Amino acid sequence: MKHIDQEAYYGSIRTVPYDLLKELAIALIGTLVLVAGLTVFLSSPDQPPETIQSWAQNDPVDLVTTAAGELAGTTVSAQYGAPYNSGSASVQSLGFFSPQAWFGVHEPVNSAQDFVLTPLEKASVGNPDLVAALSAYNSADPKQQQAWLDAYTKALTDAKADSNGKITMAAGDYGPLPAMMDSELALARAGGLDGALVANGHFYQTDYTLPLLFMGDGGYLASLASDAHLLGNQWGMMNETGSYPGQTWLWLYTLWYQLPPFAGNANADLMVVLMMTILSLGLVLVPFIPIVRDLPRWLPVYRLIWRDYYREEAAAAPVREGTA
Amino acid sequence: MIERPAADDDPGSWTLAVRNYLRRRLPLQNALPDRQPYFVGSWVYVFGVITIAALVWVIVSGVVLAFFGPQWWHVSGVGRFFNSLHFWSVQLFFVFMVLHLWGQYFAAGWRDGRAATWMIGAIIFLVSIGAAFTGYLAQQNFDAQWIGVNAKDAINSIGVGSFFNVLNFGQMYGLHVMLIPIAVTILVVVHIVAVRMRGVVKPIAANQVQRP
Repeated sequence: MKHIDQEAYYGSIRTVPYDLLKELAIALIGTLVLVAGLTVFLSSPDQPPETIQSWAQNDPVDLVTTAAGELAGTTVSAQYGAPYNSGSASVQSLGFFSPQAWFGVHEPVNSAQDFVLTPLEKASVGNPDLVAALSAYNSADPKQQQAWLDAYTKALTDAKADSNGKITMAAGDYGPLPAMMDSELALARAGGLDGALVANGHFYQTDYTLPLLFMGDGGYLASLASDAHLLGNQWGMMNETGSYPGQTWLWLYTLWYQLPPFAGNANADLMVVLMMTILSLGLVLVPFIPIVRDLPRWLPVYRLIWRDYYREEAAAAPVREGTA
Repeated sequence: MIERPAADDDPGSWTLAVRNYLRRRLPLQNALPDRQPYFVGSWVYVFGVITIAALVWVIVSGVVLAFFGPQWWHVSGVGRFFNSLHFWSVQLFFVFMVLHLWGQYFAAGWRDGRAATWMIGAIIFLVSIGAAFTGYLAQQNFDAQWIGVNAKDAINSIGVGSFFNVLNFGQMYGLHVMLIPIAVTILVVVHIVAVRMRGVVKPIAANQVQRP
């Protein structure tokens, strides 16, 4: 680290009295007044979280469709890949460069088991109909399971739910699925599925990976996010619920998602993160990057910053020339 | 007053070496100056000190929120007040940090041996983004849910999701209230010490100003 003798460095530039601590104290008080004023008049955003229970109550067909998709293995989480499972649908790469695949599975998720079958097995105690339905489903061969799921999922597209959450759909050969899905929906509407997905064999729990992945697989959470302008293609990363400022400092990161070739690209996340990593390195290394480090000398903004200094220097120049 | 070495001073003393280094590189008149070059009167120097002031209120309000726990501010009016103080001081912190950054860019603040000061400042900006991101994930509200669901794909795409799980509230909360604030605070202290050791940079082309 280069040592600078400040007295020698400033040379003949005159100094003026300066009180560092008084300036800091004034800044602290001024900032507190501003922050307190914003707090009193504007408060802060706090839209309550959604639960699987609220999802089941507000959009039961979407919840059941999602649960059926988990069994069929067609949801985002079921096909995701690392770090959740051995799928590949959400694994991003640029040629051979795929750190997501290299790091492998670290948060194991089995969508069918974790989101549907295990919670239903826990709920089946004392419920012989559900025990029988689960037994019928588990003992059926995969082709039969798939046929039930295909028919059931197709029928769900025209299904309707009444105010009590009772889903009505066209009759068909769905095997044990109606009994299973009725139980899944009833469990969710009662709030039991929220607990089942976080309990996971632990008493203390702070990991919400399973319920958030399950909710993310459905359309309900995304529709609420869309209404709040929080989707990626709505500049959502820098937005906030309500009319509050969000993470506006992510504007450049968000910008790339709106532009080709990033917009709609399956590997957009990897491309944007790499781009921002390079730009962040560039920010740190500005003093060493030609042109970028020279721009301040070429642009006249510094003359605005030190306007008084240059005015005084210019006024003193004839005297200096005369005495030189 | 010049302190002369005593006859029995241990030349291998680490303590003595650090003390001598600090005395040489950061004398008290530089650490707590009562005079500055007159060009420091420019408004651009205000942004840095306001950024520090906002950071102080971020930390104070954050300490109160951490003390009462992550659910307190959702159910208590006083808690909501302190969360709002936290929210707005974070917003001001970023606004003035960005103004300070742009100000230092156009002033080419890295000149005359100050590249490390700029680099530490840029790193503070980047680490602060991480601090804010984990804070948004730790809010325990709808915004936090959606940010987690949405952000996981970007974090996973570079493999970081294997050890930094944005859907794990406990991990995000711990990072937000403990490790990242300590990192930001240490970096800010180092940044300020670097500024005080070297002093503020002279105006561009100082003493070589041509008449317009």
